[in-house]
Amino acid sequence: MAITQEEVFGKVQEALVDALGVDDDEVTSEAKLVADLGAESIDFLDIVFRLEKAFGIKIDQNELFPESVLSDPQYVADGKVTDNGMAELRRRLPHANLEAFDQSRAVSEFADVFTVDAIVKFINTKLA
Amino acid sequence: MRWMWIDRILELDRAKRCVAIKNVSLAEEVLHDHFPATADQPACPVMPNPLIIEGMAQTAGILVGHANDFQEKVILAKIAKAEFHAAARPGDQLRFTATVSRIDPAGAATEGVVERRAAGQSDFLPMAQIDLLFSHLDQSRSDLDLPEHNFVFSSNLMTLLQQSGIAE
Repeated sequence: MAITQEEVFGKVQEALVDALGVDDDEVTSEAKLVADLGAESIDFLDIVFRLEKAFGIKIDQNELFPESVLSDPQYVADGKVTDNGMAELRRRLPHANLEAFDQSRAVSEFADVFTVDAIVKFINTKLA
Repeated sequence: MRWMWIDRILELDRAKRCVAIKNVSLAEEVLHDHFPATADQPACPVMPNPLIIEGMAQTAGILVGHANDFQEKVILAKIAKAEFHAAARPGDQLRFTATVSRIDPAGAATEGVVERRAAGQSDFLPMAQIDLLFSHLDQSRSDLDLPEHNFVFSSNLMTLLQQSGIAE
C-alpha cells in the first residue's frame, strides 16, 4: 500500500523534531526551518540524513538546500538574486514556494523559503 | 600527545565500526579539579562527561576519517545525543564503540555506546549513548581560508593509530 500524505508529514515532522530538538506542535506546515524552528546550517545535513533513513531514499544535500546558488556570481548581485538566479532556483526547487521570496530576492531572506511544507513536497517528488 | 582522550584502538572496520578504550587515571590533572575537596566534602574525582564525548568524537572521527583514507578534514559539527547513565571514576576502563549510520561527501553521522568496566569488576556495562554528526570541511561551503594540509589528523591521532597497529 502506498504511503499516505499523513504518513509523509508524520515522518518529516519526526525527523525535524529529532534534528532540531523542537516539539511536535511547533512543526506545522507553514513553519520556517530557520526563522521558526531555529535550524542552523549543520542541521541541514542532519535533516537530510534523517529523511534518507525515514523514507529509504537518497537525497543530495544540494538538491534540497541549494546553498551553492547563493554564492554563485552568475545568480547573485549585490546581495540580491538576479533573474537568472530566480530561474535557476525555480528549476532546482519545484517543490518550494518562491513567490514571496521573489518580492525581495534578498539573499539574507532565502532561508525563509524552506518551510516544513516545502520539505514534504520535496519528499513527495522523490517518492513518486 | 596531549588531548588524546582514548588510549588504544582495538578494532577498526572500515566505514563501519571502531572500538577504542580509555583508562581513567587519578594522575590525570583534570580529575584533580573535578571535583576538589571542599570544607564540607572530600575530593570526588569523576571524569567530566564532555571529555567522554570528546573520546567518542575521536573514536568516531577516526572511523570516518579512515573511511576516506584521511583525505577529508573531518570535524565534529553537532552532538545529536549524549545521554549518561553512570559516572566514570579513577581505575575504571571505558570502551567506546562507534558505528557509522551514514557517510556522504558532505559529512557523516555516527552512533555510539560507551561502556564502563568499573575498577575491580570484570564486566563492561553501558554507561552512555553518544550520537554525533561530522562535517567534511573542504566539501562543505566554507568562507574560511583553510590550510592545505590535513590539520585534523595530526601527529597525535596518527601516533595513536600507529600504536594500535592501524597506520604505518
